Amino acid sequence: MPATAPPLDDILQPLQERFGALDTTTFRGQTRLVVPAQMSLEVFGFLRDRGFDLLVDVTCVDYLEYRGAKQRYGMVYLLASTGTNQRLTVRVFVDDPEPTVASVVPLWASANWLEREVWDLFGIRFSGHPDLRRLVMPEEFTAHPLRKDYPMQGRGERHNFPILTREDG
Amino acid sequence: MALELPENVVVSRLDELASWCRKNSLWPMPFATACCGIELMATGASKHDLARFGAEVFRFSPRQCDLMIVAGRVTMKMLPVLQRIWLQMHEPKWCISMGACASTGGVFDTYAVVQGIDRFIPVDMYVPGCPPRPEQLIQAIIDLQDKIQREGTISGREFDTAERQLRKRALVESAQLLTLDAARNPVVQRELAAAAHQH
Repeated sequence: MPATAPPLDDILQPLQERFGALDTTTFRGQTRLVVPAQMSLEVFGFLRDRGFDLLVDVTCVDYLEYRGAKQRYGMVYLLASTGTNQRLTVRVFVDDPEPTVASVVPLWASANWLEREVWDLFGIRFSGHPDLRRLVMPEEFTAHPLRKDYPMQGRGERHNFPILTREDG
Repeated sequence: MALELPENVVVSRLDELASWCRKNSLWPMPFATACCGIELMATGASKHDLARFGAEVFRFSPRQCDLMIVAGRVTMKMLPVLQRIWLQMHEPKWCISMGACASTGGVFDTYAVVQGIDRFIPVDMYVPGCPPRPEQLIQAIIDLQDKIQREGTISGREFDTAERQLRKRALVESAQLLTLDAARNPVVQRELAAAAHQH
C-alpha cells in the first residue's frame, strides 16, 4: 500500500463524464462529493468498482434552521480504498417529509447496522434495506432523538416505566 | 423468676439475631454500568477490602444476592433489565444507589438516561459523589448494616411500612400517575389532603 494516496482525479473525471457535473470541493487534501439522491446508488456502485472497497461510516446531519441549508438532512458516507489509501466523503441531501435514500447494503455489507442506526436516530428511510429496524433505542421507542426538533430531555419516555415497590417483591 | 445462666449463654431477640446475621453477610449484586463500577471493584479489592465488613462475596447471579449496588448511569434501555434483576433477588434485599448518576441521573439530563433509579425501584442508601471513593461506599454499607440491625425483623415487617411504599419521586413529575395512584393509595390521599389543607 502506498504511503500517500494518489489524487482522485482519475476517478472523479470519469465520474463527472458519466453522471454529469457533480459538486466537488477539496479542503486540506480531503475531497467531498455531493450526489443527488435519485442517482446515489449508481454513483456508489461506480465508486466501489473503481476501488472504494471499504465503507468506513454512514451517518447524517440534521440542518434544521441551519443558515444557508436548502434541504434538511445531509447523509454522510465515508469511503476508503484499501488498495490505494484514497479516501472520499460523499454527501447525499434529502428533505422532509419521509426522507428516503437508497440503501447501500447491496454494495457494502457493513452498511447494514450503520443505516439502521441512522434510521433509528434520524428517521431516514433506506429503500432496499434488508432489515430496517431500530438499532440503539428500545424497540418501542417512536421518536428519532437526534433530530434537532426532538427535545433534549425527551418526551417523557424516560419516565414511562412501571414503578416497583417492596410489595412487588 | 430468677434463672441462673451459664457464662457462655447469651439471651437475645430472634429479630436481632436474624438482623445480626444478615447485616454481616451481605452478598452484593454489582450492577455496575459506568465509572462508579470501577470504584466498586476497588472497594472489593485488596486495598479497601470489603471483606472486613462481610460484604465481599460479589455474585453475578441475582438469585444469590441480597444487596444490589447500582453503580453508574442507567439508561431507559437498561432499566427493564435492572427491574428484572431486582425482582429476581431473594428477600430480604436492599439497594444502594451509588453515585450521582444512579441517584439522580447526574449530568446526563437527556432523553435516554433515567433520572434516578429510586423512581422505579426501592432504594435504601444513596452514596453521593462522581464517582464516590471506596471509603464512601464502605460508609454506606456500614450505615446500611446499622439500619438492618436497628429496624430489621425476621419476617421482614420493616419493608411493609406505608412510608416505604410511597411512590414519591415519580409523583412529582407525572400528573397522570398522581391521579391513577390517588384513587387507591390511602397514603397519597392523606398527603394530598394535607397539601390541599395548607394552600
